[in-house]
Formats: sequence, structure tokens, C-alpha cells
Amino acid sequence: MSAPPQQQRKRRPQLLPYLLILPTGVFVILFTAWPTLLSLYQSLFRQRLNIAKFREPTFIGLDNYTNLFVDPRFWQVMRNTTIYVLVTAPVSIILGLFFALLANRALRGIGFARLAFFHPTILPMVSAATIWMFFFTPDYGLFNTFLVNLGYTGPQNWAGNPHLALPAVMIVAIWKNAGYYMIFYLAGLQNLPVDVYEAAVLDGANWWQMLWRITFPLLRRTTLFISTIAFIGAFQMVDQIFVLTGGGPSRASTVLLFYLWQERFENQNIGKAATLTVILVIFLLIFTVTNFILSERKEDNAYA
Amino acid sequence: MPDAISPRGLWGRLGRWLVLLFTFLLALSWAIPLIWAIIASTRPASEPLGRGDVWFGSYLTLENYIRAWSLAPFDLYYVNTIVIVSMILGVQLITVTLAGFAFAHYRFMGKQLLLFFILLQLMIPTTALLAPNFSTIRVLGLFDTRMAIAIPYFGSAFGTFLMRQAFLGVPRDLVDAGTIDGCKWWQLLWHIYLPPSTPVMIAFGLSSVIWHWNEFLWPLVVTNSDKSRPLTAGLVRFTQLGEIGAQWSLLTAATLIVIAPLFIVFLIFQRRFIQSFLHSGLK
Repeated sequence: MSAPPQQQRKRRPQLLPYLLILPTGVFVILFTAWPTLLSLYQSLFRQRLNIAKFREPTFIGLDNYTNLFVDPRFWQVMRNTTIYVLVTAPVSIILGLFFALLANRALRGIGFARLAFFHPTILPMVSAATIWMFFFTPDYGLFNTFLVNLGYTGPQNWAGNPHLALPAVMIVAIWKNAGYYMIFYLAGLQNLPVDVYEAAVLDGANWWQMLWRITFPLLRRTTLFISTIAFIGAFQMVDQIFVLTGGGPSRASTVLLFYLWQERFENQNIGKAATLTVILVIFLLIFTVTNFILSERKEDNAYA
Repeated sequence: MPDAISPRGLWGRLGRWLVLLFTFLLALSWAIPLIWAIIASTRPASEPLGRGDVWFGSYLTLENYIRAWSLAPFDLYYVNTIVIVSMILGVQLITVTLAGFAFAHYRFMGKQLLLFFILLQLMIPTTALLAPNFSTIRVLGLFDTRMAIAIPYFGSAFGTFLMRQAFLGVPRDLVDAGTIDGCKWWQLLWHIYLPPSTPVMIAFGLSSVIWHWNEFLWPLVVTNSDKSRPLTAGLVRFTQLGEIGAQWSLLTAATLIVIAPLFIVFLIFQRRFIQSFLHSGLK
């Protein structure tokens, strides 16, 4: 970074680099920094656009937060969100790794397997959900037919069943994302040092031992990176909920971002929506920072 | 695990074939939703699905596609999506190139701070800020326009970061030679930095197109009529039309209308696409 021409430039302060960054900076200010601050501010006010006496914002301090924290509906949403994020992200990652291990072969035709695992990534989530809607249909839906053939006779109306609505939207999310994570693992697998394995074979290690002792540890950085995008992505993945369940029945499949959308655009509750935005942003920051710290720490003792 | 290291001997070979068979069956089942959709969309509307009878009808037909198209203005949705995606891509390519160049080439006060500020966009994704951004769109008078859908994405932290990394990989000697020859900054950028960075740029462009082609929630929030509604929002509206009900052949036809163009392009340029998705893994 410290090449001679740059030192010459350093002498007189110049405007150009700032001008080059300006266009990006303006949009980041307008659509990232400003809305974050605006939400913080609005979360301190009561404002509901569809109720005449609450149309104008009134300062209420932290009431929006305390109201949420005593509201069982909020805790139900938080519970759903936790399950949704903590199940879909890890399951998609593990499946992605599994697919990558299966598809990492130099064989003709293996391209089909990779394509089959990966293709849901390219589809719009709403299209995927529209197709899956049929799979969850009662009576003749493919999923149920399959389960019936396995001898299952339990509840069948997935989207309308309070116990199955959340799993249904999770299944679609996992189906859509596993193949996306697979390609990172495939790239990781292809970069593994062959000589380490050859040495292990000479030492008499079997396939299983090599998988656990060499492959998984060497893929740690890949996993860490995928976890960051998977967890942050899971908080934002709500499109299929609009198509499949609408958040119901009785909020059984409502997660944080969907709840926020409902409060803002169905209930016109500006203050509550702003408060939920702040909470969502805090969660996202926690996950990003945690992952950042983890990846920095791993760097110290990295032998990869 | 490297492919070269695999079990040998008869049992090893048999095991390999079983694993392979399993892989293909799993892959096939993963593709069933799309395969089913394609088949169901060709089923005559007069033969509704029933238990155990959900695949081909008695003959193949394209009538569902024609009917779906007549029930919703998919041509308009297409135009909207293409305009939105192109607007975003066009502006992004300029903004991320300029910013990436500034961060890679120059030294200036507050550089690290500015970079961190822009990378905030990666930590606080635009999707999460839809409520306050909606107010901004209202204030700007952009509600229910294609511009409203595109404008929040005109600056891209992800793209800026990718381009910066690509530019940092350009050999210093080349840049110095250009400087000594008296190149202006835009000549340096155009002739020295950009040519070796085009693969990264294409990768970023592809992931941007896919991301915004598929986006639903933000367009749903800032549109109110067919003149600005993109394919995704149009499809969801279509599925909620009263007259559709459980006409699966019609629904799948509409879904495939939305999926088809991008998916066909994907099938043709598979390697490029997958490569571009991998680039988002550049850390």
C-alpha cells in the first residue's frame, strides 16, 4: 500500500478520492444511516396513522419497548424467530456440506447432482413458495401423499396447522438455501491439500477419520463465512411466509421481520414498527460482530 | 476430501457405487418441486389434480400459460422487472467502480473510517430498514414508481468491497508505469485497473441481477399498481386472485412464467453463475 507515487500524492490534500466515494456515500447515508437513526428516534414516540388521536407523534420515552416486553404476542414472535433462525441456518449449512461431500467427484453426470442441489438458489423465493404450496396441500399434496405412503396419518394441512406452519416455511427456506452453501463448501473442498490426505493414508487412517480429523477442521473458515451469511440471511427471509401462511394460523409462523411489516403496513403503527426495527438491527449486529470476533480469533491459531 | 483418496478393492468400489446412486436419488428428489411444476403446468385445466393423480394429464397443453397471461399483465411485470434490474445494475457498476478505485488507489484522511461507514450496509441490510425507508420514499415523492424499488440499492457496500479487493490485486508496477506516463485518473482506472478486474465485475453484476430479479418484500411495500409492480409482486398478487383458487396448472404456469427467463440464462451460463456466487465468498 505504501508505493512511492502515493507518497507524492499525500503531500497536498486532495478532493478527488472523496468525490469518487460521494455517490456511494450519499446512498448509504440516505438508505442505511439515516433510516437507522430515524428508527431509533421514532421508537421513542407514539404514532399510529390509522387512529385519529394518535396521528401526530407524542414523546413517550421507552414505553414502546416496555409495552413490547410485556406483550405475550411479541414473545411468541421472538420464540418463532429464534426457532426459525437457529434451525434453518444450521440445517441448511449441514445439508450444504453433505451435498458438497457427495458431489465433490470428478465424474461425468455429477454436474446434474450439483445443478439439482443448487438450482433453488436462482429461483425467486415467492415462486418456490408457490410451488411448495402444493406440496403442503391437504389430501392430495405431494408431501402428504408421500407421508401417507410411509404410514403417517397425522395432521395434513401444513399451512393451516399451528404446529406445522412454522416447520413448513422452514422447510422451504432450507430447500432453497442448502445448495447455495454447497458451492462454498465445494470450493473449499477443492482447495484442500492432497498431500495431507496422502500422508494420512500412509499412516493408515480410514475415510471416516480423515473426514473428522482433516476435512472438517480445514473447512472451519469456510463454515464461519457461511454461518455469517446464513444467520443474517435467515432473519431477512420472509417472502415464503407471505405466500404460504400469511404468518398464521394465530401468529404461529410470524417471525420478527414479518411482524414488523404487519405493524408498519397493516396496523400503521409507526412507533411500534420503529421499535421492532431497532430490535432487528441489534440482533443483526450481534450476529455480525460475534462472527467477526470468531473469525479474527481463528486467524491466530490457523494452520489452514 | 480429494477425489483421489477413495477406498479401493471390491467393497470399496461397491460402496462408491452405492454412494453415487444415493447422490443421484437425493439430487432427483431435490429437483422434484421444479420438475413437478413443469409437468403440472402442461396439464389441461379440465383435469384437476386429485389424490395420486398429480403429474401428466391425458395430453400436453400450453393453454395454462395463455390463460395465466390473460389474467395478469405479465408483460408489464416483465418490463418493470427488467427496467428495475437494469437501473440498479447500471448505477451500481458506476458507483462501486469509482468508490472501489478511491479505496484501492488513494491515501486520504479518514479512509478506514469511510470504508467502515460504507460497510455498515453489509451489517444492517436494507431489507431490515423497510419501514423508515418507506417514509423516505414518500418524502422523495417516489411511491409506486420503479425508481422507488431501485434507488436504495444504488450504492453497494458489497460491490465497493469486491471492486476494492480486485483493484488491490492489480500489480503495483503497472499502476506506477501508468502514472509515470502521465495517465489521468480515469485513464488509470479504465486502462489499467478495470481490464484485469472484469471477471469480478461480471460476478458482482450477475449476483446483483439475480438478487433484485428475485426480490419481493421491498417492491411489495413501495408499489401499489401494475405500472410499477415487478414479476415477484405480480405473481403473489396473481396467486391471491379470487378466481384462481386451487387451479394448480394455472398457478404453476404463472410461476414458471416468472422463473423461466432467468433460469434459462442460468442453465446456459451455469459455470459463470456459480462462479459469481462464489465471488460473494471472497472475504
